[in-house]
Amino acid sequence: MRIPCPYCGERDAHEFAYLGDATVTRPDPAAADAAQAFHDYVYLRDNPAGAHQEWWYHANGCRQWLRVARDTRTHAIAAATSARVSGEPA
Amino acid sequence: MRYSFLSILANGLSGQKGWAPAWRDAAPKPAYDVIIVGGGGHGLATAYYLAKVHGIRNVAVLEKGVIGSGNAGRNTTIIRSNYLLPGNEPFYEWSMKLWEGLEQELNYNAMVSQRGILNLFHSDAQRDAYARRGNAMRLAGVDSELLDKARVKAMYPFLDFDNARFPIQGGLLQARAGTARHDAVVWGYARAADRLGVDIVQNCEVTGFIREGDAIVGVETTRGPVRAGKVAVAVAGSSSRVAGMAGLRLPIESHVLQAFVSEGLKPLVDGVITFGAGHFYISQSDKGGLVFGGDIDGYNSYAQRGNLPVIEDVCEGGMALMPRLGRLRLLRHWGGIMDMSMDGSPIIDRTPVPGLYLNAGWCYGGFKATPASGWCFAHLLATGAPHETAGAFRLDRFRTGHLIDEKGVGAQPNLH
Repeated sequence: MRIPCPYCGERDAHEFAYLGDATVTRPDPAAADAAQAFHDYVYLRDNPAGAHQEWWYHANGCRQWLRVARDTRTHAIAAATSARVSGEPA
Repeated sequence: MRYSFLSILANGLSGQKGWAPAWRDAAPKPAYDVIIVGGGGHGLATAYYLAKVHGIRNVAVLEKGVIGSGNAGRNTTIIRSNYLLPGNEPFYEWSMKLWEGLEQELNYNAMVSQRGILNLFHSDAQRDAYARRGNAMRLAGVDSELLDKARVKAMYPFLDFDNARFPIQGGLLQARAGTARHDAVVWGYARAADRLGVDIVQNCEVTGFIREGDAIVGVETTRGPVRAGKVAVAVAGSSSRVAGMAGLRLPIESHVLQAFVSEGLKPLVDGVITFGAGHFYISQSDKGGLVFGGDIDGYNSYAQRGNLPVIEDVCEGGMALMPRLGRLRLLRHWGGIMDMSMDGSPIIDRTPVPGLYLNAGWCYGGFKATPASGWCFAHLLATGAPHETAGAFRLDRFRTGHLIDEKGVGAQPNLH
């Protein structure tokens, strides 16, 4: 698997570290339903078979966080954009 | 037909013409008492114990492909009960006890071989952690023994004891652990369940649930609708997909785990050895191939194949442990899809949806659990209450804070 880093170009997956699902966002700790919202945020996942938005960190490269669109059935990567552009990992 | 020395002899003398298929390839009936989704080891074991222990025989196992073609046929066949935490250890020990009587119980040769598992330690701190685990096992009535370097050397003289980075100081041995023939476990449970009247329906993919009000009362399949009093899901790897059809989100991510087998060798490794300084474990199959593996790839995947960085990592671990592996050629490697739960422990529980029961989240340790998983899931389905050894495997433990974090790494599925 090779990930097209917007800074470094296409690089081997071993240069990257994986964080996980990029669609979950950290809830407001002051909200009334914070306990429920944090449970969902920390533990529950859609875990789709198919298109998946995910965070990767280019640890052995430009050290930027990337939002990668990847198909979990084929590992084909449709896009990789900087987290600075798309919103940073929550 | 009951398998015995006499049946082998009789068929040997009559040209092997007397063998019947080991189970019927059933077509789905319109309704059952219990439907089990997933014809892997866990689903078939559940069906068997439902029929055998609880007398519930109007049961179907629905499998989208052929039985045993998922993770039951992709694991590295290790059975053990060397866990630390009270939520886990009694359950895996119950599984170990069921393994010990499995072949007589099923009248099927599952090649259960109690050749022992040795977890190596490489530092003082790791020895202390293994001593703690060994003591916890003994408190739960399970055999364990802490071996020093000399005793490990007597067992496996070929290991790299004086490795500059990870010298071997000793190991924690569970002598009753070992291996079993994974396919034979599937076939044995299928045959035994079939003999008790369970329908095993292959090439029958569940495509949705039939609901009446809130409750689930059956499944839609590629071979038509099938109704049931209870629907039990045992599809580890695809649990999120099936639960998603019922509107549930699970505390699970699907990840790919790779495994490897070398070319066949004469007997070399007569037990199971695990490297303590990385994630690498190895045993030898009865055909002679060295079977080994390591970590999951670490990213969400349903692809049943992995990538090169983990292959490299596994091989580095193997070389650090056993340098002579470097002269071997790899015969095959493959991937399976793991239900990685958020605390590294499984789920055997009812769901918030009436009529739907869940057996999931086995991470990369599902094979050894097969008998107890089936036993406990059948107990839950038949009695409505969790089995005494599986009471901690609740779906709501993530909400209540009763996590079973055996590895102590928190809510990161790719670290468990």
